[in-house]
Amino acid sequence: MADTETLLETPLADLHRELGGRMVGFAGYAMPVQYPAGIIAEHQACRADAALFDVSHMGQAELRGEGAAAALERVTPAEVQALKPGRQRYGLLMTESGGIIDDFMVANLGDRLFLVLNASRKAVDLQTIGAALPAGVSLVPRPDRALLALQGPGAEAILAGLAEGVAAMSFMGVLETPVAGVPALVTRSGYTGEDGYEIGIPAESADAVARALLAVGAVPAGLGARDSLRLEAGLPLYGQDIDETTSPVEAALTFSLGKRRRMAWDFPGAERVREELDHGPKRLRVGILPDGRQPARAHTPIAIGGTTIGEVTSGGFGPSLNAPVAMGYVARDHAADGTALELMVRGRTIPARIASTPFVPHRYKRAAGATA
Amino acid sequence: MSQTRFAASHEWVRLDGDTATVGISDHAQNALGDVVFVELPEPGRAVEAGEAVAVVESVKAASDIYAPVAGTIAAANSGLVDDPGLVNRDPMGEGWFFTITPRDAADIGKLMDADAYAKHAEEGN
Repeated sequence: MADTETLLETPLADLHRELGGRMVGFAGYAMPVQYPAGIIAEHQACRADAALFDVSHMGQAELRGEGAAAALERVTPAEVQALKPGRQRYGLLMTESGGIIDDFMVANLGDRLFLVLNASRKAVDLQTIGAALPAGVSLVPRPDRALLALQGPGAEAILAGLAEGVAAMSFMGVLETPVAGVPALVTRSGYTGEDGYEIGIPAESADAVARALLAVGAVPAGLGARDSLRLEAGLPLYGQDIDETTSPVEAALTFSLGKRRRMAWDFPGAERVREELDHGPKRLRVGILPDGRQPARAHTPIAIGGTTIGEVTSGGFGPSLNAPVAMGYVARDHAADGTALELMVRGRTIPARIASTPFVPHRYKRAAGATA
Repeated sequence: MSQTRFAASHEWVRLDGDTATVGISDHAQNALGDVVFVELPEPGRAVEAGEAVAVVESVKAASDIYAPVAGTIAAANSGLVDDPGLVNRDPMGEGWFFTITPRDAADIGKLMDADAYAKHAEEGN
């Protein structure tokens, strides 16, 4: 993002500056990459206690009307029609050729669906979904909403002190309940691998709610920690690890394909997905652990015996592992865990190996008996 | 010990006898954020002023460190290999990167003094 371009601000812009946030351009928004504590301290706060992220740059929208779930299924292979009220699910928006337009969350609020979209893709997403809707179903963007992510093992105790009913929620549960007196849409989800919540609130109340959470111990954390946390958790980032050229099978996101959808094959790109499920994709997204301490960043070539077999798509330093971590795509024949790789970093070859993700185990609060 | 001088690319250099010690400024370490890896030059390597001789990596990004003057690398700070965070904690002291024997010690005097560098950093360079 060019510095000359005017950046949008979230409703927490004043708070970020007051907290000493270092603001950078991200997806057209001025966002804090870190606060004075630094990325590692913010990362550790999330793993050990509770961190608060402003994710108000993300797209929020409602899908209303009879048949909204069926309408959304026209652009995603996710199971939306069977999503129960009070539950949320991860899904992919697909191109006709089997690429990924975006990854998103959909929550069933009973009388409507609620969507959370990536900031960098929300305009494309809204256009894609809007174009697929039949008469009677409407897509309503909610730029009047802010979104906070409270993440970490201490999140439950913090939020339970400010909101009714949140302690009893399970992973991917959804609850409309006031937070610090402000009507909120709370989901038990996030992008860190930790237990935690995302809290949707009216933009004009975001500052007050964020301050209430900080006052009882949440540590402000920026995009830098959000990135290192999600990388350790093995979660892909749209635009880096997935895009319109990568398929759900290549990206190792087949869990997001509904069972019924995989029998009906009635979604955009189904032909490619079916072919790759049957015969294997050409490449696969895998976790990579470089030897030593030097991070291998995005676009680092991956080789075996001097022959390039892939590329790193996200890489950096994992503070919880105290070691570099990465993910990327490799040819399917070389995608087994433990496979020895060579990473070409700044003119030198660094040994690495393929490792299963998440690198740091997820600690979601799953419902008893739930499997996924 | 002589006065500390600064390069526009945010290295500091301090001449002590025949060799000069080089590190990165407090402004630079603050801008980089948490340092997690440092790659240091081999002693004996002859370098030109402005040549990339070391690498510093923070959680977010990698940056080159440039030789502020021409000369020969004398020693590297092995303490940074095990504890790269020294760069953040003590950038002007224990967090030094390498020492260099300048080809012409007078080159150091041509770099910015602390006041000029403070102005340079403040201007957002």
